[in-house]
Amino acid sequence: MKILIVGCGRLGSYLALSFSREGHSVTVVDVDKEALASLGPDFQGETVVGKGIDEEVLRRAGIEQVDIFIAATGYDNTNIMASYVAKEIFKIKNVITRLDDPKKAEIFRSLGLNVISPITLAAEAIRKCAEGLLCTSLSSAEEK
Amino acid sequence: MYIIIVGGGKVGYYLGKSLLESGHEILVVEKNPNRANFLIDELGADHVWLGDGCDSSTFEQIGLNRADAVIAVTGDDEDNLVICLLAKQKFGVPRTIARINNPRNAKIFAHLGVDVTVSTTEVIEAQIQRALPIPSLVHLLALKRGGIELVEGKIAPGSPADGKRIRELGIPDDALVVMVVRDDQTIVPYGDTTLMAGDEILAVTSPQSKEVLKRIILGK
Repeated sequence: MKILIVGCGRLGSYLALSFSREGHSVTVVDVDKEALASLGPDFQGETVVGKGIDEEVLRRAGIEQVDIFIAATGYDNTNIMASYVAKEIFKIKNVITRLDDPKKAEIFRSLGLNVISPITLAAEAIRKCAEGLLCTSLSSAEEK
Repeated sequence: MYIIIVGGGKVGYYLGKSLLESGHEILVVEKNPNRANFLIDELGADHVWLGDGCDSSTFEQIGLNRADAVIAVTGDDEDNLVICLLAKQKFGVPRTIARINNPRNAKIFAHLGVDVTVSTTEVIEAQIQRALPIPSLVHLLALKRGGIELVEGKIAPGSPADGKRIRELGIPDDALVVMVVRDDQTIVPYGDTTLMAGDEILAVTSPQSKEVLKRIILGK
């Protein structure tokens, strides 16, 4: 599978390395050359320096051939714009958008983007964990 | 009209000031507290909102749903796009206008329904081109969707258009001469209008036909 990832921060680089390790063909775009260099020698894919909202940069990164486009920078607005460029200009079917702001996540999900919100996911996981802990401590209290 | 301007830099400030002078209700949204204080001193506290214009809760607080127009003039194209999308899609604002810094971004803005884009780079380029004594086809305005442009040019002596009727010029179907200015006279042309060197013309054209039009008018 060909995967294009915009943003090489903690999330982008984690995804890039894990997809590349599984044998997928991965290209990562970031404005920061050093962020791309931090992928290290283990990374088998391509890197492109530039803004992920820029058509020319995305074309250089081979967007026309990708199966999956992931906008994973730390800036919600950049991710929104990059996703729309991929969807509307390049007609990429599988576009995933990271949005940290839960409210924006809800709005743009309703406008048709495929949104992943790390904050909401983490909050849900923490709640579940907390509820689980609470249950076990309550039942052990009952046993006594 | 109630007009919301997002971004209180130089463009937002002067725009707010002039719209205020022409009697409109305006609100300038600025997230930097120092800049917001300057704007409050200049425009009055009623016309400035300290907050993030990309945050939908800001929009609820300032009554975006009753705005007649939203103008996004921050220095970042991605912010301006999100502001206009929220205004249009979420709050139903009838008119959205965005400043764009990279002319290449005009396409996606138009595609997503932003009503008007103003490219600062292209505006400056067009002004300079007009000031230079070099014959050229000057870009005046990009119209929403369809990618149609309004351009201006002067018929060059000896060009294919000099002394010919418009219908004989082989102008492509997706281009049209809409106005001819000769001396002090303005002519609305039709197929039989004869063009002459020195005529200034306004034309609408698709980007593909711009080069053909340019060759007809300027002869190169």
